[in-house]
Amino acid sequence: MTCPACAAPVLPGHAFCEDCGHPLPLVSCTACGGAVDEEAYCVQCGLRQPDPRDHQEAALANGTAGVSDRGLRHQHNEDAMALTALDGLTIVVVCDGVSNSPRPELASAAAAENGAAALRGAIEAGQEHEEATRIAYAAAARAVVALATSPRDAPACTYVSAVAGPGRVTVGWVGDSRAYWLPDTGAGRLLTEDDVASPGLLTAWLGADAGQGGVRVLSLTPDRPGRLLVCTDGLWGYLEHPEALRTPQGPPADSVRELLSRALDAGGRDNITVVLIPVNGGSP
Amino acid sequence: MSDFTLHIDHNKYLPVDGTEVHAILTVAATGSGPARQAKPAEAAEIIIIDTSGSMSGSKIRDAREAARTAIESIRDGVHFGVMSGDNSARLIYPRGRQLVKATPATRAEAVSAVRGLSANGGTSIGEWLRAAANLMDAHPNAIKHAILMTDGQNNEGDAAFAAALRRCEGLFVCDSLGIGNDWVPGELRKVAEALLGTFAFVRNQGELKDFFRDLTQQAMGKTVAELALRVWVPQNATLKYVKQVSPTLLDLTGKGTAVNPLTGDYPTGSWGTEEREYHLCVEVPPGAMRAEIRAAWVKLVLPDTGEVFASGNVLASWTDDLAQSTRINRKVAHYTGQAELHELIQEGLSARAAGDVGTATARLGRARQLAEDSGRTDTARLLDKVVEIDPGTGTARLRRNVDKADEIELDTGSVRTSQMRRNPEES
Repeated sequence: MTCPACAAPVLPGHAFCEDCGHPLPLVSCTACGGAVDEEAYCVQCGLRQPDPRDHQEAALANGTAGVSDRGLRHQHNEDAMALTALDGLTIVVVCDGVSNSPRPELASAAAAENGAAALRGAIEAGQEHEEATRIAYAAAARAVVALATSPRDAPACTYVSAVAGPGRVTVGWVGDSRAYWLPDTGAGRLLTEDDVASPGLLTAWLGADAGQGGVRVLSLTPDRPGRLLVCTDGLWGYLEHPEALRTPQGPPADSVRELLSRALDAGGRDNITVVLIPVNGGSP
Repeated sequence: MSDFTLHIDHNKYLPVDGTEVHAILTVAATGSGPARQAKPAEAAEIIIIDTSGSMSGSKIRDAREAARTAIESIRDGVHFGVMSGDNSARLIYPRGRQLVKATPATRAEAVSAVRGLSANGGTSIGEWLRAAANLMDAHPNAIKHAILMTDGQNNEGDAAFAAALRRCEGLFVCDSLGIGNDWVPGELRKVAEALLGTFAFVRNQGELKDFFRDLTQQAMGKTVAELALRVWVPQNATLKYVKQVSPTLLDLTGKGTAVNPLTGDYPTGSWGTEEREYHLCVEVPPGAMRAEIRAAWVKLVLPDTGEVFASGNVLASWTDDLAQSTRINRKVAHYTGQAELHELIQEGLSARAAGDVGTATARLGRARQLAEDSGRTDTARLLDKVVEIDPGTGTARLRRNVDKADEIELDTGSVRTSQMRRNPEES
């Protein structure tokens, strides 16, 4: 048996490839027990086997919560998110696989995991948050480039990272995934600036076929409680204005589910990922 | 070998209790592959000319001319023969019991042989096809094709005719042509359905040679023999039908051969550079909300070797979002309408022939409306000659004196479908 994505040898019964992390065909169908083929359909009853990435939720002890969902139209969830906490800081990376690139779901997973780990490592090593953001982006980009077998077979994704602590927030981004600052009182604000020529047409991304442009970094020093929202275009494509991203009072875990249902109700035409980070003791 | 693409158009979303999945499969052979450089595939071509007594006079003269045109369109190296058909069938060129390779010399000999065709005797279409089958047997690996031309009603019994068609089924493709007002579209329709070909009415006898030339050239353009649609459907699901819907309607459902309990092969005949469309309908057991299944797995294969030229999934997913589940795919709707138009015309004409004025009026009146709505102006024009619609009330009435040729043209043409305009937004 070999991994359908990277052809590395894999053991029966394993759910993921140890080399590349791609989900592996299940041994038997969850509905009828039939065999499951490489496209994840049962060869007896036809059922597409549930993929753990179809709907994922994540939460940190500090209240940060995220959800990533396949949406209603896409076959797979090509978004990925990584959340981690470090000494009062929250580190989040959200990535969106570029649909017309090969294996986009591997690109986003590699970028999110490697980006978050590198960001954490750089801060632990004493780097300033802005410099750590650049170091982490470079690590994420390298991980995505490594997935390509040639410039014509280059998995690609977008990238947005956030480091949030008391009184200070730093975001870095490439592509059209976004970060918003949503203070509990006063007007919300879009922090990132999409790298697009026209809606949906990216001018910058991570991948072996990407240009030389680097990550753009922005810091702010919020003076009041609020939330930092990090998301993919599956959310902001429907809810673009900061005020449209307001949710009723409640824990971030409820708020991210609420935002997800709004995007699904609006059509769910893309994968949807949304993470909310409380800042300065912001709501709940 | 040509390059093939398989494109699937459908709305995969079913309502909560939905069980019927419809899809239009567009299969295109581009011919841009390495096939262009490869030597032409082996081919066999038989031209069958009706030489029954009714063909005497101008018909046999035009038939000789048409046969000459067809012979001249046969490519060098193709095995060919010309057959004369009445109560039985005779190979008039070459002499003997086997086909000959086309060369400038053999083509010239064949042309001179058809000059001697004369009209005499009856019409036994099944016998002609059997004789063609016996000649085709010697060319198992060739792309095999016949052109059959007739002007009259078949004199064979239904059982004998059906048995002859079974003998030929899967062995070669046959396109047939009817001339004059005495042939029966229903008989040539059976030939087309059994032998995966077309049938047409040559209303203007002078155009017979153009029809022969076009059919021969199309046959010479075929480069891939006998591909099948291999269709898998889930356990507890049923393939309700699979039919060609463009360029003509051709139901393949009954022609399936089982590959395994869930998979069947449906023959499509030979392919040149062309595009054809198929309508697939699968009945699936109801599924859970947001679950997704593969309702059909379609592959274009060479049945003997299982070599796959193109493949695709027809998916189904259940939703409570009515906006999604009620959206009808435009292609599915278009070809569903074209098939309905064909059925209305066939039922209407049969009812009319049987003297059932009520049914005939209802069916043909509805067909008239559908023809207009779907842009089939030629069909609408022919229907106008058979049925009269009161512009004020919309009431239909059968016309009394209908030109036999109009009726034949309407009957024959109903299998042709209009193509849908391409919508760039959907590509």
